[in-house]
Amino acid sequence: MPQQTVHKVEVNPQSVRRTNTYWSRMIRQRQLILMSLPMVLYVFLFAYVPIWGWMMAFQQFKPGFSIFEQTWVGFDQFSFLFTDDSFIRVIRNTIAMSVISLVLGFVTAVGLALLLNEIKQTGIKRFIQTISYLPHFLSWVIVTGLVSMALSTDGGIINDVLMKLHIINEPILWLGEGKYFWGIVGLSNVWKEVGWNTIIYLAAITSIDPSQYEAAEVDGAGRFRKIWNVTLPGIRPVIVILLIMNVGWILNGGGFEIQYFLGNGQVLDWSETIDIFVLKYGLKIGNYSLGVAAGIFKTLVSIVLLYCANIIAKRLGEERII
Amino acid sequence: MQTVRKKFKAEPFLFHTFNYLIMLLLVVVTLYPFLNTLAISFNAGVDTTRGGIYIWPREWTLKNYEAVFLTGNVIDAFWVSVARTVIGTVASVFLTAMLAYTISRKEFMFRKPVTLLFVLTMYFSAGLIPSFFLIKDLNLLNNFLVYILFPGATAGLVSAFNMLVVRTYMHTLPESLVESAKMDGAGDFKVFISIILPLCTPVLATISLFTAVFQWNQWFDTFIFASSKQELSTLQYELIRLLSSSVNFNSNPNVSSTAAKDLATLVTPLSIRAAITIVASIPILVVYPLLQRHFVSGLKLGGVKE
Repeated sequence: MPQQTVHKVEVNPQSVRRTNTYWSRMIRQRQLILMSLPMVLYVFLFAYVPIWGWMMAFQQFKPGFSIFEQTWVGFDQFSFLFTDDSFIRVIRNTIAMSVISLVLGFVTAVGLALLLNEIKQTGIKRFIQTISYLPHFLSWVIVTGLVSMALSTDGGIINDVLMKLHIINEPILWLGEGKYFWGIVGLSNVWKEVGWNTIIYLAAITSIDPSQYEAAEVDGAGRFRKIWNVTLPGIRPVIVILLIMNVGWILNGGGFEIQYFLGNGQVLDWSETIDIFVLKYGLKIGNYSLGVAAGIFKTLVSIVLLYCANIIAKRLGEERII
Repeated sequence: MQTVRKKFKAEPFLFHTFNYLIMLLLVVVTLYPFLNTLAISFNAGVDTTRGGIYIWPREWTLKNYEAVFLTGNVIDAFWVSVARTVIGTVASVFLTAMLAYTISRKEFMFRKPVTLLFVLTMYFSAGLIPSFFLIKDLNLLNNFLVYILFPGATAGLVSAFNMLVVRTYMHTLPESLVESAKMDGAGDFKVFISIILPLCTPVLATISLFTAVFQWNQWFDTFIFASSKQELSTLQYELIRLLSSSVNFNSNPNVSSTAAKDLATLVTPLSIRAAITIVASIPILVVYPLLQRHFVSGLKLGGVKE
């Protein structure tokens, strides 16, 4: 209120009236304000207040002292990060696994949605869909357990099948070699989420105007022509929106739990992502400052990416997310 | 014209055969790991080590499950998981719906800033270490409340995504309902509780499922904030311990009675893991098919429109 009065003095009576209406609106909407206030305070405290801790990234934080008693080191932590080979590798792994998971995820989900859409028997279709949603509901703890069991050299189904088909002669140590790790992450993500991700595409497909298909049929278009010329363009807006939303998550590395549970000493150079790096420095090594610096880097890049994607979407004439 | 017609006869048959083969493959690949685990959980542990168990047990037994429940830890952890899922879901769904109501009201003067405040949290977080210090300063370490207030080490009590789903649903309800209630003198809170909330049942079922699954599957918060207190361990966290421990189940100090020790010679780490995996996944697998219709429409609302 006091700040408002300062402004009012040099302007004119009109803004006095505006301020009055502002306050009277607040009073009229007091119930709406009271209903949202607890959650606004909650999210402010739990999501925004901790940003205060970002100061640690510019210090050499020693536990046991308050945040004001620490030594300030400026951008030393950041310059250490970006000259450190292991962090460069961490960024590479993060982006690689994100992109692999993103591309594989999109292609398989769109493909599966198109194939499901061709099944006309509702009962069979619903049954397949129900089954395909199942892995989405399992936790990553369970899924990674199933994955490592399937990939085991000791009776794992993957080695079993490949050997029976004579593609390989002896079991492959899938989780012991770095070169397989990114692929395993991508395919595990597909296994868990492909069915779930079709929901949105199938919804978009059903909202396509049937007369478009009829028109295509009149023009003599077969099944594949119709998919290419009607269905895919019809779901393009959804694909674009989901792509943009996912761009903001590119530094999540295709999930944190999967690398945390499947990664091991032998594949560390391929499995370590930014989130794992933060966890390692924060909790195991106790170098909080470096962990926070890596976290800040991740958050800022995500926001910038999201902002850019948003602008590109606007240019393309698609709906924006924010 | 003739060639076209010929093509039309052969093509659907080939296509549908191919399509059903793909679908069969999908179903097998999806179900096999789970059925395999189920079979192992019902098969005698020592026999499983001989290999060759696929989707049917060779030597039926319930010993693996008996062993799981005899350790005590698992039963306690099960109830902690149930408690956090029930309390966390009820609190989150109610608060999310109430917030969604306020931002669904076009006249609400803080509609845009409030929406933005929450949507930003989908992309933005202060990070693990600052959050850890916050929880520590709030004395929430090793406290059950952390599961409700900070599930998954995020400010997840009110999920921005769920909020948008509910808000979009509320926009589909006729505005006249709210207007006439307000004409009769009802305030926003009354309108929300007695008119809007009951009409939102389908979408609330959807976000309840999302939240319950999230809570039930959570382990990271236990690991970060409550790992030094055994009473707060959850089912998922117990599973991690078993999956990552090289410690043989036979030497588990919690297996105290002689009967349990006899039992322990019959089971193997693999068979125990299989049994816990089943225990940890069954509750959700029973529920989700029943809610399928709801969550499909809920996802449409959240994804396509916003």
